[in-house]
Amino acid sequence: MSVVTKPVTMPSPSKEVGVEDNYLTHSSGFLSWALTLDHKRIGVMYLACIMSAFALGGALALMIRLHLWNPNLDPSQAWLSNKVYNQVFTLHGAVMVFLFIIPSIPAALGNFLLPIMLGSKDVAFPRLNLGSFYLWVTGACFFLFSIFATGLDTGWTFYTPYSIESQGPIVAATMGVFVLGFSSIFTGLNFIVTINTMRPPGMTWFRMPLFLWAVYSTSIIQVLATPVLGITMLLLAAERILGIGIFDAKLNGDPVAFQHFFWFYSHPAVYIMILPAMGIISELMSVHSHKGIFGYRMIAYSSVAIALFGFLVWGHHMFTAGMADVTAIVFSALTFTVSIPSAIKVFNWVGTMYKGTVSLNTPMLYALAFIFLFTIGGLTGLFLGALSMDMHLHDTYFVVAHFHYVMMGGTLVAFLGGLFHWWPKMTGKMFNDFWGIVSAAIVFVGFNLTFLPQFVLGTRGMPRRYASYQLEFQDLHRLSTIGALMLGMGLLVAGLTLLHSLFYGKKAPRNPWGGATLEWECSSPPPHDNFSSAPAVGDPYEFSNIEYDSKTGGYIKKK
Amino acid sequence: MATAVATPPADHHEEEHHEHPSWLAHHFDDAEQQFDAGKLGMWLFLVTEVLFFSGMFCAYALYRNRNPEVFEFCSTFLNEKLGAINTGVLLFSSLTMAWAVRASQLRETKTLIGMLAATLGCAAIFLGVKAVEYSHKWGLGLFPGKFYVSQIEGAHHSEVPYLWYLCIPSLVLLVCFVLYYVYGVVSASKFHLRVAGPLVVAAGCYFAGVGLGVYLEAEAEVSHSIAHAPASHTDHATADHSHEATVPDATVPDAAVPGVNLLGIEASTTHDVAITPAESSTPDSSVNQKGMAGLFFSIYYCMTGVHAFHILGGMAVITWLIVKSANLEFHSKYYGPVDNVGLYWHLVDFIWIYLFPLLYLIT
Repeated sequence: MSVVTKPVTMPSPSKEVGVEDNYLTHSSGFLSWALTLDHKRIGVMYLACIMSAFALGGALALMIRLHLWNPNLDPSQAWLSNKVYNQVFTLHGAVMVFLFIIPSIPAALGNFLLPIMLGSKDVAFPRLNLGSFYLWVTGACFFLFSIFATGLDTGWTFYTPYSIESQGPIVAATMGVFVLGFSSIFTGLNFIVTINTMRPPGMTWFRMPLFLWAVYSTSIIQVLATPVLGITMLLLAAERILGIGIFDAKLNGDPVAFQHFFWFYSHPAVYIMILPAMGIISELMSVHSHKGIFGYRMIAYSSVAIALFGFLVWGHHMFTAGMADVTAIVFSALTFTVSIPSAIKVFNWVGTMYKGTVSLNTPMLYALAFIFLFTIGGLTGLFLGALSMDMHLHDTYFVVAHFHYVMMGGTLVAFLGGLFHWWPKMTGKMFNDFWGIVSAAIVFVGFNLTFLPQFVLGTRGMPRRYASYQLEFQDLHRLSTIGALMLGMGLLVAGLTLLHSLFYGKKAPRNPWGGATLEWECSSPPPHDNFSSAPAVGDPYEFSNIEYDSKTGGYIKKK
Repeated sequence: MATAVATPPADHHEEEHHEHPSWLAHHFDDAEQQFDAGKLGMWLFLVTEVLFFSGMFCAYALYRNRNPEVFEFCSTFLNEKLGAINTGVLLFSSLTMAWAVRASQLRETKTLIGMLAATLGCAAIFLGVKAVEYSHKWGLGLFPGKFYVSQIEGAHHSEVPYLWYLCIPSLVLLVCFVLYYVYGVVSASKFHLRVAGPLVVAAGCYFAGVGLGVYLEAEAEVSHSIAHAPASHTDHATADHSHEATVPDATVPDAAVPGVNLLGIEASTTHDVAITPAESSTPDSSVNQKGMAGLFFSIYYCMTGVHAFHILGGMAVITWLIVKSANLEFHSKYYGPVDNVGLYWHLVDFIWIYLFPLLYLIT
């Protein structure tokens, strides 16, 4: 990063006194939110809805863990009947994947931050953006319907042939996924166009914050992969309504073709989930180490590389489903290549901290937790990518633990870190850092207590999705359940800390952490139009001219 | 500009530097940025559309590779003449659409509305022909997957007037549009007349398409029945009505072996007959069953059905363009919507150009 130009001016702080005009107070009334075209308000609405979905999914997760407290060898004595258990884990998966993780970072934080980080007034298509939000709401309604209609018990993957025969409200659920897919496509499309056409003068591709690189790569996947899921879900619905037979072995169809179609989307979707999290970590590492990011270009390129490699590895979900040997070997080899760009990122984050001035505050602790958990999640992925190991570990708790380490230990923890990091910007309030740190600690310990035992369970042969288990597994299952309760506590503490700040938090300064990206140059919370005139663009990771100002409690740029 | 109906208010806006003209969204700096954003957005959307269809093309490739003889047999039920006419109609509509884009740049409002109306009309003809094709197949019992009725002795000939059902929505729309046109005449509103005219024409075109389709389909039936006069049992068109086609399921040979025939190629080699309907239109039982021919028609209906929905979507946005054109909103600095809808329309056309040979021209 050799950038000479320094920011010349800052946008003039308008209206320091009197009623502050920001995006929250700009207009009021229910409709001013429901019909808003302001990307910040849409982001906040997404945040509220997504967190509700997360609470629902989390409650379902706790139900699963509590049920597994006992071996349930006699189903009539179990807390949940086998049927209900199947529905609970299906909904947990579906809600978490489609309603929470996929939209979490791009739609909530991305919507809020992307235009501000670019120094523009809004995303390229504000109405489409609002449309995406309502598509999300519509999709969520389909899901709620399938919860109340009961009986959705196929697992979140809707594998045929069971999904053709099951009595549950499969059509409603697939339509929900279809609609949510379009919500995701339009968000991605919007972001790509915004980044391509609305960067301010001076912001070249390599002066973009890394969060934007990550969101951009994510958007590419969203646009390219999600339509395939759309048509797959449509065909599945047609299968049930019209009996078209494409996936139905009874009619000479091919159920494994469904798996190929499904994973052609859903594997790249894994990178839709993790890439924006990596973008957040890049920001957090640099800002809270008060040191320029190490290896900017490599991180940027590796985001794009992950997005592209992600399209070539879907077959590794089907090693045991029947596939030619050569195909399996090729998919396995390609799977290993994905670890290269991921490792590059991890090394660069660690390199960023080296000789930095690390502030161990809440966002940074979450970021550190991310690196630790994501590394475990990533490395255990290599076990599953290896053909011989996968034969043994396929469909066991090892897989469950692996993807929870990546999805939850990775994406969720990064999401929380990002939420704490940008919370002062979004709400204008500082949270209590002590309780934030406490939450991070509980989440970290609780998470490991939940999922480390599951690795052991998996290697010992405990299959996933079973409502009962042999007695030998009881200790590990109980450890996991205790961990899950602890994790729930930690998340509760985090949520309460944030909610508390809304009412009792100190007013947030413009730049509480000492960041150099553009969002820290507008007031907290930002005004309706973000910037009155296009801001001067500098190096997003140049911290030498930023210093602490004890008067405001935040950082300011030296003139 | 001889044909230009437009008044030039928008040109004044361009002079005012700091004012945002009404056609420029507030978050864009200038017209160029807005145009580029719209265009890139549309191209990305087209990419998603291609991928959306790609799933079905994959399914097509997969099953055709497994059961080529099924595809050969089934494509004989598709009327190539109608397919070819529809291809021509869509190609022509792409021309009129491109012409409309040019007209919008030149502010030739009359030409613009005329070209959009022509595009809309072509789309309606396409759907009319498609309605005939669909209803004809439904009448024969050529349904997707598990609803497929085997084509044997005397064949299935349904009395359900499918074509009428498919015409009802258009009929309702035609009536509404005519009433709207009358309203335009009564209120002497140029705007309403500009919008209603094309709509009436388009709704009428649908019936033109239906008429054309019915005529050509009947012609094909006649030639078909002459060719097979000795066989005599394929004569659907002249079948007497007492011969109602409730073929009992027991006679359908497929019921015996559902699901066994996972690799249809093996099955066809054991039967050792490649079906050439020119010889006999009673197909080999390995092909003529729900999991074989039925699967073909599943793919056929999925692909052409999703394509037809895209035509409908295109018609909706073209109507929106007609309203905007009638409002004189387009000019040399602001014609992005016309351009982008044009791109979309060309894609829909493009997909049909692949569907036509893949489905109709197999033999």
